[in-house]
Amino acid sequence: MRTTRSRGPLAPALSALLLVAAALCAAAGTLIAPHALDQNLYTGVVGAGVDGHLLGTDQLGRDILQLSVAGARSALVGPVLVACGSMLLGAWLGMIAGYHGGVLDALVGRYTDLVLALPAVLLAVVVAGLLGGGYWVTVAVLTVLFSPSDVRLVRAAVLEQTTRPYIDSARLLGIRPGRIMIRHILPNIVPTVVANVLLNVAFALVALSSLSYLGLGAPPGAPDWGRQLADGRDLLGDNPLASIVPGVLIILTATAVNLLGDWVFERLDRTVAVR
Amino acid sequence: MTRQILVFLVRRLGMTVLLLLALSLLVYGLMFLAPGDIARNLLGTRNATPQALDQVRAQYHLDKPFLWQYTHWLSHALTGDFGTSIRTGAPVGRMMRERLGLTAAVSGLAFLLSVLAAVPAGVVAALHRGEWLDRALVGWSVVGISAPGFAVGLILLYVFAVGLGWFPVYGTGSGFLDSLWHLVLPAVTLALGLGAFVVKLTRAAVARELDEDYVVFARSRGLGRARVLGIVLRNAAVPVLTSLALMVGYLFGGTLLAEVTFALPGLGALLEQSVLFKDFPVVQALTVVVAVLISLTALLADLAYLTVDPRIRNRMAR
Repeated sequence: MRTTRSRGPLAPALSALLLVAAALCAAAGTLIAPHALDQNLYTGVVGAGVDGHLLGTDQLGRDILQLSVAGARSALVGPVLVACGSMLLGAWLGMIAGYHGGVLDALVGRYTDLVLALPAVLLAVVVAGLLGGGYWVTVAVLTVLFSPSDVRLVRAAVLEQTTRPYIDSARLLGIRPGRIMIRHILPNIVPTVVANVLLNVAFALVALSSLSYLGLGAPPGAPDWGRQLADGRDLLGDNPLASIVPGVLIILTATAVNLLGDWVFERLDRTVAVR
Repeated sequence: MTRQILVFLVRRLGMTVLLLLALSLLVYGLMFLAPGDIARNLLGTRNATPQALDQVRAQYHLDKPFLWQYTHWLSHALTGDFGTSIRTGAPVGRMMRERLGLTAAVSGLAFLLSVLAAVPAGVVAALHRGEWLDRALVGWSVVGISAPGFAVGLILLYVFAVGLGWFPVYGTGSGFLDSLWHLVLPAVTLALGLGAFVVKLTRAAVARELDEDYVVFARSRGLGRARVLGIVLRNAAVPVLTSLALMVGYLFGGTLLAEVTFALPGLGALLEQSVLFKDFPVVQALTVVVAVLISLTALLADLAYLTVDPRIRNRMAR
């Protein structure tokens, strides 16, 4: 993505704007959309513009606009938790593997091999499905399944750092390994890790909404974009917006996070090159 | 040198087998971690009388220790006997064979479409780095990577099937041409995501080769653009080809969502139904079979790498 550099900060700025708006909706969902879950089984599904429903309603008579605003919360909270959780897990395992090497390194390596043997979404469907599904179970499963990329990243960065003289001198001074890892190595690999968290948020958003779409994420009736798509699949004839709107929102949000992640990665690249 | 390759192959194969064993053990263990009584889960919707529960426990050897059960399952699975489905009562092996064709057709078509469109696009983007065409292709590939298959599928479904009426909305159709027509939209859905990866990959590989010294050297010696491009493409083909093999894994994940969205009775849809129904024998068998297929293609990719690129062969021999 070398070219986004010459594109200037317009794309990342727009992405950030979109994400701030989504975050606002997630934080103040009930204030902006107080009637998101109001059902009206009598009228049921209506098209756009009917009865003051700008984007129409779904089969339960819920307003699509308000439901989509309320869905921002489950679309953002889960993926952010997955990305941060897998980063913590990955950083911990990666540091241990990279610093100590030997048996610990081999064990951690087999763990990442095992998790990467199947595509994350497929394995998540199997594990979350057999464990009974549910939003938080799925978030926990995805956290574990997303950790290998962080493990490999941190491990490589730690390996690169441990050969440097300052670590040698710290070791000679008799500082404990745990302290060396947290006080000396960690600050040096934070930028790489943070950029990877952003990219993982985008992948987690896609994965989590996929699982919600399959009925393994958000519970029935909860405001969630993936679930809205699943419910709206049968309404393509009556009110196509019931599935098109959350679909476009997922694509836009994931693209925004990816663009922002790429931008951070590049900035990082440049600062590393300058140094 | 062939001995080195053989040693590498044996070690690689051993690792793969161990990995598959661990994975199958893990999924097998999930059956016991799942909430609720296993016997009740295995009974499904049938009436849970004490006799029926005892019968199920005996039938599935639930009274035996865990490892005995697993090895029992494994020894049967190795001979191709994956047991019977709880949901339908049919042999799992037959259920998978019946649905394999459709999944293979959708994935194959998607793979073909994405490679035919995305490899040239990636080459063009790399040749015109920084120009508007490159930016458009790169921008599109970011969207393609970000967009989940079901969202793209539903939008395509609405525009081309419901709105324009060019394609059928659901189902598989009858006869070769009609079936193919039914598979176009799901395949395009998959190909858009896959193609985005391939564009990114090809562009990076070609761009890296273009920056090499030998390109400057060849040009300064007066070689034509086409000749130079030929050399560059041959060198860039190695990483692209091996990465394409790794896309097989991505295809399996994507086809699940595409099959569910377009109501196609393939392996992905079977996995979805079986997971939701807690049809353990089917989930177990499908997971292992897919993992075997993915690791085999990864192994083949490694071998292809060795045969295509003598530099890596030499590095290994040293």
